[in-house]
Amino acid sequence: MIQTTQGAAHDDIRDAVRALCAEFPPEYHRKIDEDRAYPEAFVDALTKGGWMAALIPEEYGGSGLGLTEASVIMEEINRAGGNSGACHGQMYNMNTLVRHGSEEQRQRYLPKIASGELRLQSMGVTEPTTGTDTTKIKTTAVRKGDRYVINGQKVWISRVQHSDLMILLARTTPLADVKKKSEGLSIFLVDVKDAMAKGMDVKPIRNMVNHETNELFFDNLEIPAENLIGEEGQGFKYILTGLNAERALIAAECIGDGYWFIDKVTAYAGERQVFGRPIGQNQGVQFPIAEAFIEVEAANLMRYEACRLFDEGQPCGAQANMAKYLAAKASWEAANACIQFHGGFGFASEYDVERKFRETRLYQVAPISTNLILSYVAEHMLGLPRSF
Amino acid sequence: MKVLVPVKRVIDYNVKVRVKSDGSGVDLANVKMSMNPFDEIACEEAIRLKEAGKADEVIAVSIGVKQAQETLRTALAMGADRAILVIAADDVHQDIEPLAVAKILKAVIDEEQPGLVLAGKQAIDNDMNATGQMLAALLGWSQATFASKLDIDGDHATVTREVDGGLQTIKVKMPAIVTVDLRLNEPRYASLPNIMKAKKKPLDEKTAADYGVDVSPRLEVVKTTEPEARKAGEIVGSVDELVAKLKEAGAV
Repeated sequence: MIQTTQGAAHDDIRDAVRALCAEFPPEYHRKIDEDRAYPEAFVDALTKGGWMAALIPEEYGGSGLGLTEASVIMEEINRAGGNSGACHGQMYNMNTLVRHGSEEQRQRYLPKIASGELRLQSMGVTEPTTGTDTTKIKTTAVRKGDRYVINGQKVWISRVQHSDLMILLARTTPLADVKKKSEGLSIFLVDVKDAMAKGMDVKPIRNMVNHETNELFFDNLEIPAENLIGEEGQGFKYILTGLNAERALIAAECIGDGYWFIDKVTAYAGERQVFGRPIGQNQGVQFPIAEAFIEVEAANLMRYEACRLFDEGQPCGAQANMAKYLAAKASWEAANACIQFHGGFGFASEYDVERKFRETRLYQVAPISTNLILSYVAEHMLGLPRSF
Repeated sequence: MKVLVPVKRVIDYNVKVRVKSDGSGVDLANVKMSMNPFDEIACEEAIRLKEAGKADEVIAVSIGVKQAQETLRTALAMGADRAILVIAADDVHQDIEPLAVAKILKAVIDEEQPGLVLAGKQAIDNDMNATGQMLAALLGWSQATFASKLDIDGDHATVTREVDGGLQTIKVKMPAIVTVDLRLNEPRYASLPNIMKAKKKPLDEKTAADYGVDVSPRLEVVKTTEPEARKAGEIVGSVDELVAKLKEAGAV
């Protein structure tokens, strides 16, 4: 394993996650990918080891750690050759419930999530006609006595089939009736199995990677009013907690991927002999790998900064998005160098490079496209006119 | 019964070792360090004895630089109850020789009075394979080395030893020093809640001077060299060809 510049601050967590991941060798992840299956045994082992409850406060059965530590866990999973995409939802959703949920909701759900009895893996925000333009979502929740009635449609909602709970964003006051477009949105905790029996339809979307993602259709789904998280109408603010966490965590996953690719290609380039010398002796091979490594290391610094701000409860939208931008770009560069210098073997499944290559490519598109991050930075950080 | 487990901080087994340019040893600056794998096995066995109700307390001890407290935290996260760190060096490159380690351990044992010491058979850094034996001699206790199976029964322990040519089973009187081999068990990895608990478990800090032990080296490292690079193999077509090649090489 290559030596990186990050300090030894979380070595206890890294060592333990690595030891757990070592029980799930590349063959395991390869088979799961081939079968388009869900890594149940792996996620169960992570849950039993308490890793999926890292962000849950100790009084509710978790370990009370911050996003920094959670991001280290995700990074190590990806660095070990796995894919955190199967379970990172629980990490990025957790603070939405911890920070904005009522005491009654925390008491009711957190201990069960910590023990692994319940999984909170899904977040329903994106819609077919409104991707990043979140305030324009068309899914509505209308109060009817002690219930809310949900109607509408969502898309790219991940892990629904492997989750018990979902955080759902819906409009509770029509756009025309609010002063600010970010008002009038609310978030709800949805019991997935119950909802599937009462008006929520789940249609899986087959895709380039083995990532369970779905279309959701709501037809008069009734959910108890007590499942509203926080105040009605303030949901947009709350959902940002989860979105920022998601960006920072995915940055960490890309960094884990980046190190995985660099480890893999460095080892291969050092061994592979062509014309009587290792290919890694050629600068044409060395430089792209070295460049990718530098970029991963730099992205890593921004990731820690985003996590630090998040953990201090400070605004971190810009840093979380910039970290995701840098990390996804760096891991893609590393992936490109890795597949290129493996030659034909890079395309052979048994080298795992092509699988990781597909997986890391996702993160320039999801959960937010690179272009939208650039627009955000241009508008909000540089003060340039809004481009859309 | 208390069980004492000495644990050594060594270069991680995954790290590619580099010899220092002056040949005085291997480079340990900014290199990943971990618990000696044999000590992990010893620690696991001690925790299993506690879980089986045969031990009441597991105490991990490390002797070396201050950073060895990380190694002790690993032992605590696995399930040891408390830890003692004996600081005996400032520089990570200073190895404390087995006799000095054994003397310090004897002093700790005199204070703690454990009924059993479970140690790794050797450390993977310098492969001395001496501390356990020296400690048994200093204490006048029974010893069983290279254990691949351990049964405690009252005042005796039955130990299966991995010796050249097979397995030997011996019965030793307690208290005893048992040094463990690779196949005794498979150590557990720490869970997150146990890592968190380990941060709150007691870790006493002492120095070699507290025990009046002189740790100055008696041995001098004359030279350190990297092993010769392995030569490429050859694929042969048949058994006959293989035998012929082996004969040619003088191997059979």
